[in-house]
Amino acid sequence: MSDTGATYEIDELRPISETTQFIVIKLGDEQYGIDIKYIDNIVRMQHITRVPKVDEYLKGVINLRGEVIPVMSIRIKMGLEPDVETKSSRIIILKLEQQGTIGVIVDEVKEVVTLENDRIEKMAYDSKDERASFLSGVGKSDGGLISLLDLNAVVLDPSMM
Amino acid sequence: MDVSQYLEIFLDETNEHLQNLNTQILSLEQDPENMDTINEIFRAAHSLKGMAGTMGYKRMQTLTHDMENVFSEVRNGNIKVKADMIDVLFQCLDALEEYNTNIRESSDEGTNDNGALIKRLNDIMAGGTGAEDAPAAKEEAAGEAPAAQEAAAPAAGGGFHGIKLDENQQTVLSDAIKQDKKVYGLTVKVQESCILKAARAFLVFKAIEETSEIIVSDPSSQDIEDERFDLEFSLIIVSEADLDVVVTAAKSVSEIEDVAGSVLKLEDVTGAAAPEEASDASEVPAETSAQTPAQSAETSAAPSEAPAAQPAEKQAPAAQTAPAAKKNTANKPVVNRTVRVDIEKLDTLMNLVSELIIAKNSLVSASTMSGNSSPAVNEQIEYLESVTTSLHESVMKVRMVPIESTVNKFPRMVRDLQKKLGKKMELYMSGEETELDRTVVDQIGDPLMHLLRNSADHGLESAAVRKERGKPEVGSIFLDAYQDGNNVVIEVRDDGNGIDTKAVKNKAIERGVITPEQGEAMSEKEIIDLLFNAGFSTAKVVSDVSGRGVGLDVVKSMIESLSGEVEVKSKLGEGSTWTIRLPLTLAIIQALMVEIGEEKYAIALGSIQTIEDILPADVKLVQAKEVIQLRDLVIPLIRLNEILDIPSKKEPEDNLVVVVVKKGDKLAGLVVDELIGQQEIVIKSLGKYISRCKIISGATVLGDGEVALILDANALL
Repeated sequence: MSDTGATYEIDELRPISETTQFIVIKLGDEQYGIDIKYIDNIVRMQHITRVPKVDEYLKGVINLRGEVIPVMSIRIKMGLEPDVETKSSRIIILKLEQQGTIGVIVDEVKEVVTLENDRIEKMAYDSKDERASFLSGVGKSDGGLISLLDLNAVVLDPSMM
Repeated sequence: MDVSQYLEIFLDETNEHLQNLNTQILSLEQDPENMDTINEIFRAAHSLKGMAGTMGYKRMQTLTHDMENVFSEVRNGNIKVKADMIDVLFQCLDALEEYNTNIRESSDEGTNDNGALIKRLNDIMAGGTGAEDAPAAKEEAAGEAPAAQEAAAPAAGGGFHGIKLDENQQTVLSDAIKQDKKVYGLTVKVQESCILKAARAFLVFKAIEETSEIIVSDPSSQDIEDERFDLEFSLIIVSEADLDVVVTAAKSVSEIEDVAGSVLKLEDVTGAAAPEEASDASEVPAETSAQTPAQSAETSAAPSEAPAAQPAEKQAPAAQTAPAAKKNTANKPVVNRTVRVDIEKLDTLMNLVSELIIAKNSLVSASTMSGNSSPAVNEQIEYLESVTTSLHESVMKVRMVPIESTVNKFPRMVRDLQKKLGKKMELYMSGEETELDRTVVDQIGDPLMHLLRNSADHGLESAAVRKERGKPEVGSIFLDAYQDGNNVVIEVRDDGNGIDTKAVKNKAIERGVITPEQGEAMSEKEIIDLLFNAGFSTAKVVSDVSGRGVGLDVVKSMIESLSGEVEVKSKLGEGSTWTIRLPLTLAIIQALMVEIGEEKYAIALGSIQTIEDILPADVKLVQAKEVIQLRDLVIPLIRLNEILDIPSKKEPEDNLVVVVVKKGDKLAGLVVDELIGQQEIVIKSLGKYISRCKIISGATVLGDGEVALILDANALL
């Protein structure tokens, strides 16, 4: 095998640019992306035990294989309409460095997309739009635009800020 | 040699030795002439030196070596124990502890040579021994095992000639000779520089046992294993191989300087067995490894009694080592029967037990749900229930350790405080054997230390003031621990000044913690509770002992994080008592399950006093608050449905189900809708994300997989 041939093979294997995988979820009509590296599990909607005297967006706790996990509503946190539980509702279990394990309620889990990092647009920070502070960027995929959630901002406890 | 795998053991054992040294040096201060203590210190220092040497920690080795030298001189009566020497020794211990900490953190001992300390140790040596430049090695030799040394060099010359034989051994040996087997006597000499003598001896034993049978050894095999011998030990063996072969095999072990051997004849064997009264004692350890402390003490003493030519004064040190040896072996079986287990493995085990209990609860609810459960199934479930409960208890017991390991450092601390504060005080401890969960014991040290410092600094008055008040000049601090039901109580008590509530109140007003009006309305107890506020310190002068205002609030939060509570009782002029109450276990409790609206909650059984059925008419209003009267007690009612924001299922005219809970001497009645029953529950944390809900102390997974919250009765009161 010639030298040029070997070089050619390596070129084939090397990705053109770095990529990130996102799980696409729906909240109402909008599509949001959650970085797959934070996702521990996706479970069906189940009974959530309410915890008294906590913020409204904290829906309570669930039992996930013997562990007690807090569950929050992204909708309430982002100032959207409260969740309506349907057949397609899911709880996405996130594993975050600071906050530990926490579940978030979503209307629907659609698919996994792979986005090239250079196709992710950083958000121009618009202070007028409150929802924008929960986003880290916007990705373009075949299915249209996906708002990428900044999980640390979503999960951050506002009273601790 | 790669020693990293021994690092954990090294650190643990070093800690034990350091703790032992601390305790022993403290008692030496009280009783400077006690030979037992001196010997014990010498042994601990010597072991430390050996261990540090083996692990390659040269600085640590040098320091312990010099400490050992000092003690060797003390033991030989060349130096008297003085107060400044004790101080230097304590500083040495601190330095060693620092090495140990460094090693734990970075597996390197650090670069501090502690030259000043070593110089002071040497000064002590010089002061005690004069111009005599004592060669260290010689002293060590003298120190290690005088009994063994004397036994190894009896008047007769060769080591093995000194071995006494009992009747059994005589018979075995003479039988062997009669059967034309060869009997040899061997004396093995270990190099002076050898650190792990016991290990070398073991290798020699192994090498010899390949070709021969060891009939008797001197010192006994147990003593050799424990390194209680000098540079030599002797053996009598029965072999089929030639003497040369055996000697070469023994010599092939490294760090063995010399092996001398000769063939023993029948008359040697019987001749060596001159009737000895102590011979019975030496037989036991040589033949069986299971030995009682008393017997081993006899053996240590026995060789020195045996040879008739023994000079009288040499018997004295030998006799003195005997009690120390006894101590060692008294601990020995305990050490042999325990296993060091990583706490993480115990945590895993505990988690598995928790899972098992949840699974058992599911089974119970599944069988009641299906309705048609057969008696056989119920029986098995009951059996399973008792097994899981016992299993849980056993695992819990494994995790329990005496608080001794934590409180043992306090006498030393109080001694240091005494010097630093210039007050006279004495610490009395009781109940060190009280057991608590390992995690709790590990974490209770700091809060206790704070409280003790607090008592020493703020509580106790100076000697002059005490005298004036008619109290003994030496202040007393007590640390008492005992078990009380499902709790362990630790009390720190002093006979000092007590808490000056007026001073506390003024300080609080001055700091803006409370307003003067609030101050007027506060009870003494409430004022004392102000002490637990962050940033509160009443010491007029901030000393480096306490008074930085980071004491009591930290104490409180640390104890609360262990699910415990702390209380103070104080009487001005007479002293204060700090009471810490801790739960025996953190993970699994018995609880009463209750229903409020559609939700289920658990209340720890330990905090429940009684359960009452109350007519709505019996609820009275006092200061616009609902109360009930129960056997002459007026108990405030807490309607849980209101606190938890749940609509109640009950109608106003229904009877009230009231769970009466207690905290200390306070009572309250919790109104619930329905009682479900008693259950063993596994406590799970809600995580820090929801930790701000004060009235909920945790959650548990029920048999049907749902999560129920645990109400914290203490927070409700």
